[in-house]
Amino acid sequence: MVDVPFDTVAGIPPAEVGEVDLYHPKSWWTRYVFSQDAKVIAIQYSITAMSIGMVALVLSWLMRLQLGFPGTFSFIDPNQYLQFITMHGMIMVIYLLTALFLGGFGNYLIPLMVGARDMVFPYVNMLSYWVYLLAVVVLVSTFFVPGGPPGAGWTLYPPQAILSGTPGQDWGIILMLASLILFIIGFTMGGLNYVVTVLQARTRGMTLMRLPLTVWGIFTATVMALLAFPALLVASVMLLLDRLLGTSFFMPTLVEMGQLTKYGGGSPILFQHLFWFFGHPEVYIVALPAFGIISDLISVHARKNIFGYRMMVWAIVAIGALSFVVWAHHMYVSGMHPYFGFFFATTTLIIAIPTAIKVYTWVLTLWRGDIHLTIPMLFALAFIVTFVNGGLTGLFLGNVVVDVPLSDTMFVVAHFHMVMGIAPIMAVFGGIYHWYPKITGRMLNEVLGRFHFWVSFLGAYAIFFPMHYLGLLGMPRRYHDIGETAFVPASAHDLNAFMSVAALIVGFAQLVFLFNLVWSLFKGKEAGGNPWGAASLEWQTPETPPGHGNWGKELPIVYRWAYDYSVPGAAGDFVPQNEPPAGLLAQGAGP
Amino acid sequence: MSAIILFMAGIAAIAGWWLSQQRLAAKPWLEEGVLVDLREQSGSSPPTAKIGLGVFLAVVGSLFALFISAYSMRMTMVDWRALPVPALLWFNTGALVLSSVALQWAYTAARRDDIDGVILGLLSGGASAVTFLIGQLLAWRQLAGAGYFVASNPANSFFYLITAVHGLHLMGGLVALGRTTSKVWRSAEVIRVRLSVELCAIYWHFLLLVWLVLLGLLTGWTDGFVDICRQLLT
Ligand code: HEM
Ligand SMILES: [Cu+2]
Repeated sequence: MVDVPFDTVAGIPPAEVGEVDLYHPKSWWTRYVFSQDAKVIAIQYSITAMSIGMVALVLSWLMRLQLGFPGTFSFIDPNQYLQFITMHGMIMVIYLLTALFLGGFGNYLIPLMVGARDMVFPYVNMLSYWVYLLAVVVLVSTFFVPGGPPGAGWTLYPPQAILSGTPGQDWGIILMLASLILFIIGFTMGGLNYVVTVLQARTRGMTLMRLPLTVWGIFTATVMALLAFPALLVASVMLLLDRLLGTSFFMPTLVEMGQLTKYGGGSPILFQHLFWFFGHPEVYIVALPAFGIISDLISVHARKNIFGYRMMVWAIVAIGALSFVVWAHHMYVSGMHPYFGFFFATTTLIIAIPTAIKVYTWVLTLWRGDIHLTIPMLFALAFIVTFVNGGLTGLFLGNVVVDVPLSDTMFVVAHFHMVMGIAPIMAVFGGIYHWYPKITGRMLNEVLGRFHFWVSFLGAYAIFFPMHYLGLLGMPRRYHDIGETAFVPASAHDLNAFMSVAALIVGFAQLVFLFNLVWSLFKGKEAGGNPWGAASLEWQTPETPPGHGNWGKELPIVYRWAYDYSVPGAAGDFVPQNEPPAGLLAQGAGP
Repeated sequence: MSAIILFMAGIAAIAGWWLSQQRLAAKPWLEEGVLVDLREQSGSSPPTAKIGLGVFLAVVGSLFALFISAYSMRMTMVDWRALPVPALLWFNTGALVLSSVALQWAYTAARRDDIDGVILGLLSGGASAVTFLIGQLLAWRQLAGAGYFVASNPANSFFYLITAVHGLHLMGGLVALGRTTSKVWRSAEVIRVRLSVELCAIYWHFLLLVWLVLLGLLTGWTDGFVDICRQLLT
């Protein structure tokens, strides 16, 4: 552990840090590769997550090609389709979104937003990234081993996940589980940093109730992830032992290819409990950071203070707590005591209350705001629309009677893509367009950005909106080819083809975005320190991009919350968090 | 899943208590100026590393609570045959208790600035922890020798798995302990290592507590309690 310079008496980081106390890179390697600077680690996390995300995107093209034009692409056989689904789902949820929100945004924004010089355990933080990278490498290796990646669906339900009929049963599943275990270990190292930094390294005056909502979102999500990921760890380890040593934690007595297996007596339901004890909080682990980011984007780009800040904080905490008692709503069709079903349906519907509160407060923040339709704002608006859309279908599915017929149809696929696929991705994009100027000192190209936004937003609707309808028709999910059926009319096939074309176009727009990221790094407009006129601390750094140690010689002192926009009587249209009040003669602090 | 629910309720209570002291009802939009920071008010807040350890222990705790949940769910299936607990486990438990006591002793010595006491405590704590680990391995061999293999019954699988996970955590602790000991060795100033010694002691006590709970579970002592929990949920 690192000796953090710390004023143990006051419990607050001392304002000045001597040269020796900070970790200092000594060579090119320790500056850019094995760096312990949270900002560099954030960029490493983001690049890795986006690269593996591209793999998941390509897989989604392949799946859509198969669904849109069944029979045309002979190189996609049913087994491969299942493998694509599995890898796509797993990568998107865990290796892209979780890593990007917490490892990427968390690492970059937490120290800057709370006014710290760095994370509190920089060495552990660096290890976290390298273990994550290792997890990604192991994951990618499944594509190259005999038998290919696992094909049991991203939920990896046993017994099927490790039986010989399932693709990837050989090596794929073993490596997948190993990769998950690594991911969780790596995440825990990072997560400790994010939580303890928020608890301990806030600068003078930065009370909890002055934290930007982005920090609240990431903080709560990290706490949840730290407590929920162990469930996935336990499930993965036990499944791995079932596969490798022939134990029967989850494996029931069964006959495989005409022969009795060595397994007996295990409980697949036990796996489902463990998996969803992690799986449901996971939805909010990607949603809460998105909530926070969206709140900040809306406030900055509508030049208005956030409506109901306290309510927002309470809602975030309430959602975090409640989401640990709803997991079994994923198991309505697995068989359970009816009272259990009732209990979990109730808790599920209760979560809708704090979630709805958040939506109202966003709308009320926008109300009579001075809305600038900048690219981050566009993405924020898109997030709200998409999230509401997906949330409403979620209310349908939260009810046992409605869920039972819709379970395992495309309706469910449409629902979760809206609520935990497209919506968080919109927040990611909004966040990147918003903070890129701070990270690089340059603006992203406006024309390319608007193109990226409109194609992605409208395109995503073109893909997933009609999908609800297919689900209501009864079109099952995870099917390579549904063939000729009585309940699916011919027009549904045209719709499928249309959705696939839309998916390809959306995918192309992401390439434009990646190009923009690289191009603007060299050719983008110079941004200056605070191009959006934002009040929160990260925009008040003495240098842009922020230098090593973030704050130059002295830590900023915080005098107000992060949302002082359009304050009546104030000189500018925003007041930075570290600007002393008029009455108080500053001791040289403040701009 | 009752063990993990109980554990989460505990965490929620702690989190709720902490949050209740953070003035969450403040109206930040009305308050300007340097606020009295709660961290300043409370006088001495614990050092960062200690808080980090606390958060880590919460994570490890949830890991073990989940194992216990899985254990208590799986043991109700018909094929469960409890395995005889090797007598060696009692000896091992003794070693682990000694180990914890020794580290506590090292910590009190560190507070008295008694460097020899610290070194003695750390070394004997480490030695008895290693004894514990070796004893666990021997217990494994005894069981395997008597025909209780990992895969032959879920009770055996859980026994090996849970003891292995606990042992791994202890081995991780030994790494930290080794680093602390070498730090003490090199620098004569006890003040500089007091915190590290304290952290090791806390971690050891925690692992001892976990071990006692696991022992109760594996020997079937807590069966009655597990039953009650199960009844509560159904
Ligand atoms: C343009 C973007 C995307 C397209 C075209 C797309 C397409 C698909 C398709 C075709 C399936 C398989 C449906 C089936 O046959 O069951 C699928 C499954 C899935 N997708 Fe996406 N997806 C996209 C983005 C995302 C994102 C951003 C996420 C992040 C949460 C995500 C998460 C999942 C999950 C969890 C599954 C379920 C896998 C399983 O059934 O095991 N997708 N997606
Ligand atoms: Cu859920």
